[in-house]
Amino acid sequence: MAGKPMLHYFNGRGRMESTRWLLAAAGVEFEEKLIESPEDLKKLVNEGSLMFQQVPMVEIDGMKLVQTRAILNYIATKYNLYGKDIKERALIDMYVEGVADLGEMILLLPVAPPGEKDAKLALIKEKTTNRYFPAFEKVLKSHGQDYLVGNKLSRADIHLVELIYYVEELDPSLIANFPLLKALKARVSSLPTVKKFLQPGSQRKPPLDQKTLEQGRKIFK
Amino acid sequence: MAGKPMLHYFNGRGRMESTRWLLAAAGVEFEEKFLESPEDLKKLVNEEGSLMFQQVPMVEIDGMKLVQTRAILNYIATKYNLYGKDIKERALIDMYIEGVADLGEMILLLPVAPPGEKDAKLALIKEKTTNRYFPAFEKVLKSHGQDYLVGNKLSRADIHLVELIYYVEELDPSLIANFPLLKALKARVSSLSTVKKFLQPGSQRKPPLDQKTLEQAKKIFK
Repeated sequence: MAGKPMLHYFNGRGRMESTRWLLAAAGVEFEEKLIESPEDLKKLVNEGSLMFQQVPMVEIDGMKLVQTRAILNYIATKYNLYGKDIKERALIDMYVEGVADLGEMILLLPVAPPGEKDAKLALIKEKTTNRYFPAFEKVLKSHGQDYLVGNKLSRADIHLVELIYYVEELDPSLIANFPLLKALKARVSSLPTVKKFLQPGSQRKPPLDQKTLEQGRKIFK
Repeated sequence: MAGKPMLHYFNGRGRMESTRWLLAAAGVEFEEKFLESPEDLKKLVNEEGSLMFQQVPMVEIDGMKLVQTRAILNYIATKYNLYGKDIKERALIDMYIEGVADLGEMILLLPVAPPGEKDAKLALIKEKTTNRYFPAFEKVLKSHGQDYLVGNKLSRADIHLVELIYYVEELDPSLIANFPLLKALKARVSSLSTVKKFLQPGSQRKPPLDQKTLEQAKKIFK
C-alpha cells in the first residue's frame, strides 16, 4: 500500500466531498491535486488517467479509480465501514442511496436555471422533512442503537451526518423535530477523526461561492 | 431463504429491468407484482415498512424489503457470486458499472425529455456512446484479451454492459459497428443458457416503452 490516496478534483465540494469525509472519518491521510483550469483537466484526460474522461479520480493502492460510488465502496470496504456481512451491506446501501438522492438535489441546486431555483429549494425542504429525515429517524428509533446499522459506526452514519450539515446550511430549522438525528450528528461529530475534520484548516471544503462556481463551470464546461 | 424474490414495479423496464437481467442471468427465478394505478403505489406506500422512501423499485428477498436500485443489485450480485473475487475486482466492476449506469440513465430518461430537447439529448447519447463509453469498455477487453471484463469470469459488469448494448442498438444499430470486442462480448453473454432463455419471447424481459405504458407510468409516478 504505497503512499497516501491522491484526490484529483477542483477546489470545491462537488462530487468529491463525500470521499473527503469518508477518508477523514476513517482517519486516513490523503493528498489533493486541485484542477484549476480547463487545461489541468485536459492534461489528466490526455494522460489516459480518467476512464470516462471525468473526475472525481482517486489514486489509491495502485489504481486510478473514477466514479464516486466505486471510490466510496472501495474505501468503505478497506476501512471496515461497510457492515459485517451481506445483509448489513444491503441496509447500508439502501440508506446511503437515499442520502445520495437528497444529496444530489442539493448538489445541483447552484446550477439550476434561475427561474427554477426557488421551486427546487422548496422541493428539497419538503423531501427532507417528509421523506428522508423521517426515514432515518425511524431506523434509529426502531433499534435504539447509537448507529444506523449493526450497532457500529459505518459509512451510512458518516454520509448521513455530512448530509445533515448541508441541510442545516440551507435551513437549520429542518432538523428540529428529529431528536435521534440530532443525537447521531452530535455523536459522529465528536469522534476524534471527524471532530478534527470539522475544524478550520482541515481539507473539508466550504459551501460553493460565486467565484468557485464560475471556476467549476469553466473547467467542466 | 424462503421463496422466490418478489419484484414490485410497474409493467415496464424503467429502473427494475437491470434487476430482472441480473436475476435471470444468475438463473434465479423471480415473481413480479405489477403496479397498475396510482392506488396500487399508494397501497404499498401505506403498508408499514414496505417502501423506505415511498418509492419503487422494491424487491422482497431473503426476508428484506429492499429499495434503491443499487442496494438491490449489490445484494443480488454478491449473493450469486457476480461481484468479483476480492476488493480490487469489486472496484473495477463498480467503476465499469457506474459508467454503464451513467449512459443508461440518459437512455432511461429520453422518453420523458421535453419535446424540444429530445433530438439534442438523443444526439448526445450517440456521441457519448461512440466517443466515451464504448471506447472505454472496448479498451478494457483489448487490454487483457479475456472473455469477460473482470477476472476472466462472468460478473455483473458483463451483464449490465450487454444489457446496455441492446438498448443502444435499439436507438441506433450502427453505433456498435467499430467495436468488435463489444460485439463479441454481447454474443458470448447472449449465448449463455440463462441469458439466452431470458432473451426469448415469453420471458420476463420487458419490451421498449410504448406510448400507452409511458402514460400509465406517468400517472402512477405523478
